[in-house]
Amino acid sequence: MAVSQNKLVQWIDRRLPVFTYLDHELNEYPTPKNLNYWWNFGSLAGVMLVIMIATGIFLAMQYDPNAGDAFQSVERIMREVNYGWLIRYIHMNGASFFFIVVYIHLFRGLYYGSYKAPRELLWMLGVVIVLLMMATAFMGYVLPWGQMSFWGATVITNLFSAIPGVGKDIVTWLWGGFAVGNPTLNRFFALHYLLPFVILGVVILHILALHQHGSNNPLGIDRKGPQDSVPFHPYYTYKDMFGLSVFLIVFAIVVFYFPNLLAEPQNYIPANPMQTPPEIVPDWYLLSFYAILRSIPNKLLGVCALFGAIFILFLVPWLDTSKVRSAYFRPVYKWVFWLLVIDAFVLGDVGAHRPEGWWIVIGRIGTFYYFFHFIVLMPFIGWFERPLPLPPSIAEAVLKKRGGAPVGAAATRAKP
Amino acid sequence: MKPRLVIPALLAGAAVAVAMLAQPAQPARAQADEATPALPNVSWSFEGPFGTFDRAALQRGFQIYSQVCSACHSMDLLTYDDLAGSEGLGYTEEQVKAIAAQKQVADIDKNGQAIQRPARPSDHFVAPFANEAAAAAANGGKAPPDLSDIIKARESGPRYVYGILTGFREPPKGFQMPPSGGNYNLYFPGHVIAMPQPLQDDSVQYADGTKATLRQEAHDVVAFLTWASDPTMEQRKRTGAKVVLFLLAMTGVLYGAKRRVWSDVEH
Repeated sequence: MAVSQNKLVQWIDRRLPVFTYLDHELNEYPTPKNLNYWWNFGSLAGVMLVIMIATGIFLAMQYDPNAGDAFQSVERIMREVNYGWLIRYIHMNGASFFFIVVYIHLFRGLYYGSYKAPRELLWMLGVVIVLLMMATAFMGYVLPWGQMSFWGATVITNLFSAIPGVGKDIVTWLWGGFAVGNPTLNRFFALHYLLPFVILGVVILHILALHQHGSNNPLGIDRKGPQDSVPFHPYYTYKDMFGLSVFLIVFAIVVFYFPNLLAEPQNYIPANPMQTPPEIVPDWYLLSFYAILRSIPNKLLGVCALFGAIFILFLVPWLDTSKVRSAYFRPVYKWVFWLLVIDAFVLGDVGAHRPEGWWIVIGRIGTFYYFFHFIVLMPFIGWFERPLPLPPSIAEAVLKKRGGAPVGAAATRAKP
Repeated sequence: MKPRLVIPALLAGAAVAVAMLAQPAQPARAQADEATPALPNVSWSFEGPFGTFDRAALQRGFQIYSQVCSACHSMDLLTYDDLAGSEGLGYTEEQVKAIAAQKQVADIDKNGQAIQRPARPSDHFVAPFANEAAAAAANGGKAPPDLSDIIKARESGPRYVYGILTGFREPPKGFQMPPSGGNYNLYFPGHVIAMPQPLQDDSVQYADGTKATLRQEAHDVVAFLTWASDPTMEQRKRTGAKVVLFLLAMTGVLYGAKRRVWSDVEH
């Protein structure tokens, strides 16, 4: 099959079928026709990764990973490099926007049951990406070598000292010395440059796994035929580009007008090992996990809970026992999902405050509820809940919706 | 449990959680009010999405830094030629050369001998002390902070620094000053600040004839320090306006294109 009339394209394609491959994955790739705007966030996350890698490479050309000069070199980028302020502000705020996009993408998957068979590995690869992003973001935050960089690195690396027996030795090994210092900064820079390309590799696997069975959709039912789907290009390429453009407006407003909105003022003070800042907090995207860590009185158990809070996501495809994918048809789980969202925000708020007074109590309730959601509510609701009847096909549901009655209402009426 | 009971139970739980969340915030805030009053409500020309620096105010602020603050505080991240031109303080190249030449910097001559020479525009601001230890020794054990980034490095930077500069008072009755000394300041965390009040009325005689009240001086030096923390702010806002306008137009076009592409599909 010729993908083009162009002789050069044909010549290349016969030897290296990149054009056939792209044609297959874009023009022929069938996508459910009923995807809503929550499905934009996957491609947005991909765009953010590219923006972060591109700006990061240019920053690395000017940055000096030496404890004596790192802070000054970042300021030099901001003050003396042409458009250095722009590249740095895009990169710095880009990290936050990358997490916003990925967290929305993750919760979208949770709501619509995108992790259920046959997409378990797709989901698990996504969790691997989130883990890698957290490691990358944490190490990136250390590089400007401000007060919060230094003390954040000290607190987080110290978590490994909770490992019984070898903890202290592991921390010394991580630091490359007896405190966070120049060797720590050097290796964090090396890893911060490496990990995004590892993320890129996992993203490619994530997309391969996605294209095996195609996207899930808001109804959570399988495509049954060509009437249920449209080719990815041009339908979703245009929809994704429109969504990207809206997203970039918000991103640009923050970068150009509120570039330090999400930044910690303390990090504009050069790192000083002799002076602990009044409060050491991680960036906002790690606050919920930080709250979980501090809610457990025992250090080792706290670290276990911190990592457990992420690792439990790997088990979600098996913890959720419901046969129905989309929460749209799950009258109980639908509510419980939003409680988890509230819980995540509450924990984020707890993480931003000193662990004293009521904050400790709220943090413990929030932490308990987080695990309770996954370990107890997910399996039990799946067993006891009576889901609404599913529509026979995507095409029929779409037609009914256009006829005036919402899908949910139509489905409820059909209930025996 | 029946689904019908689960939802109200969970909602009640959420309500309790929200109520508990709301509670501790209040006493904490009340406590903060007693400790530190709200920062003074002052405004500057550089605020808002279209705000720009007032060059006359920046030059007055630089005069205060040069004649008062620079006795103790360094500004290591700035060079003298940052002061030149429309992105700087509006000085000409010649003026900047003259400003730089008033300072002496350590260098070596072509024989490798240590010398002092007048600063050039490409030199960084000359610091008042040779090193941090010397700065600490001359200032009661702690080096005065570098001011290059001071506005970015403090919460509500401009108003906070203005508050500190205008917030020196006699300690209220019953307030115990520590035996190690210090000065009472309304807005400094804990109220005891090592720095003595740096600015009074008529601390400087302004070159442009503006009356040098304490408030005027504080207002001007904060404008200068804000510029110093963020010298590309005006360029950033100008570029931002173009970028956002372009994106708005592109969004409109893409929305139309998306509608057109989807017009032949039932969805």
